Amino acid sequence: MAISLMSGKVTVSATVNGEPTEWLCEPRETLLEVLRDRLGLTGTKEGCSNGNCGACSVLLDGRLVNSCLVLAVETEGAEITTVEGIRGEKGLTPVQRSFLEEAALQCGFCTPGFIVAATALLQANPSPTEEQIRWWLAGNLCRCTGYDKIVRAVQKAAAEMRGEA
Amino acid sequence: MKSFEFVNPASLRSAISTLASAGEKAKLLAGGIDLLGEMKDYIQQPDIVVNLKTVPGLNRLTADRRGLRIGPLVTLTEIAEHPVIRANYTALAEAAESVGTPQIRNVGTIGGNLCQRPRCWYYRDEAVVCLKKGGSVCYAVEGENQFNAVLGGGPSWIVHPSDCAPALIALNASVEITGPQRRRVVPLEKFFTLPTQNVLQETILESGEIVTQIIVPAPAAGTRSHYMKVRHKESFDWALSGAAVMLQLRNRRVAACRVVLSGVAPIPWRSPEAEAVLRGKAVTPQVAMQAGQAAMAKARPLGKNAYKVPLTRNVVKLAVLKTAGV
Repeated sequence: MAISLMSGKVTVSATVNGEPTEWLCEPRETLLEVLRDRLGLTGTKEGCSNGNCGACSVLLDGRLVNSCLVLAVETEGAEITTVEGIRGEKGLTPVQRSFLEEAALQCGFCTPGFIVAATALLQANPSPTEEQIRWWLAGNLCRCTGYDKIVRAVQKAAAEMRGEA
Repeated sequence: MKSFEFVNPASLRSAISTLASAGEKAKLLAGGIDLLGEMKDYIQQPDIVVNLKTVPGLNRLTADRRGLRIGPLVTLTEIAEHPVIRANYTALAEAAESVGTPQIRNVGTIGGNLCQRPRCWYYRDEAVVCLKKGGSVCYAVEGENQFNAVLGGGPSWIVHPSDCAPALIALNASVEITGPQRRRVVPLEKFFTLPTQNVLQETILESGEIVTQIIVPAPAAGTRSHYMKVRHKESFDWALSGAAVMLQLRNRRVAACRVVLSGVAPIPWRSPEAEAVLRGKAVTPQVAMQAGQAAMAKARPLGKNAYKVPLTRNVVKLAVLKTAGV
């Protein structure tokens, strides 16, 4: 049959943080809802739910996306990395550590999204300029820090990952 | 959002037949940035969502001597980063890069960018049944109209939200549209329709029709282009006003040109008045300003958007100067 039609609940299989994972969901559920409510991965946050704030940022097949604007059924066979999947060999990654050391957070609600976005940035560009950092993080809103500390944290992590710190 | 059936068609033909037989009950899903936003706000409540991403071949991008062939599922990030597009179709790369955030550009597609619905806050308000949703009133006329149209408005005063469309029209692009009965190729300029023609949609797409390719001819020698955009919020936003400019320069004079505006009209707004000013001239700041003035000569602002008139004059001026390298 040329058409596969899904209604009611459907089974989706994907790799989440390196683990083969299967879940049941309705087609209307977003990836964000599935991560939080069905898989218990509550590190990914729901801020605006319309693509403005970036609190729900995850990596989907290596690309930085808003999980609130992806249907979970679309992720069949995909590789998904959430903030829970970002970890160093000995605990925190340089990005996570530098966010703590530079006090790049206050309430912390936006932080998982920033960690995911900054990690993706430094994978794509190990030596970003301040301007490049600010444009890359334009889709992640923080209402506490004023961003300067976040930018410094990313610069510090980048230097450490380049072996300069 | 309301529940729906999710369809993964295996071929273009099956996507089209599903769309055509379901009519208004079905919506096409590409990147989903616009559609899912509308569905969450109950502006669109389809019974069936047809996922275009399972149709093979629609995410292909080729650049050769004839020009560009861009599949509708090519993402805005791919367009913004493509070295040939950046070098030879600069306005398009700049327009794609100016859309949304990295997260949105990584998922959002060029087809979706052309077919996205308006951002007017009356249209986007679930509780408001405005003219564009089958009601009888365009609430922007008497209301909070600071982001609405100053050219081509009436009876609806939306502005078209696409950045890529003006750039593509400046580059003389066409769209291939495939439907149940036929395949047609239409200049992108003729793809968009004013509210006077049909207030309920912004394009000529008929039931079951899908944009299946965007075709951009290779630019003639001496052609340069730029897209300039002014936003209320510089980090990411739709255009308050923007201008895509294409100039073909010969002996430092404008042999051919296009000026297409964003953020000011219900469709990407080509300005023959600005083009007439530029044609045959050497570009100077004075000529560029005259082009901006000509572009806005017929502007009819509403109560709260008169600022768009001088803003757009200057956007056109600056975009022309940048394109000419002056």
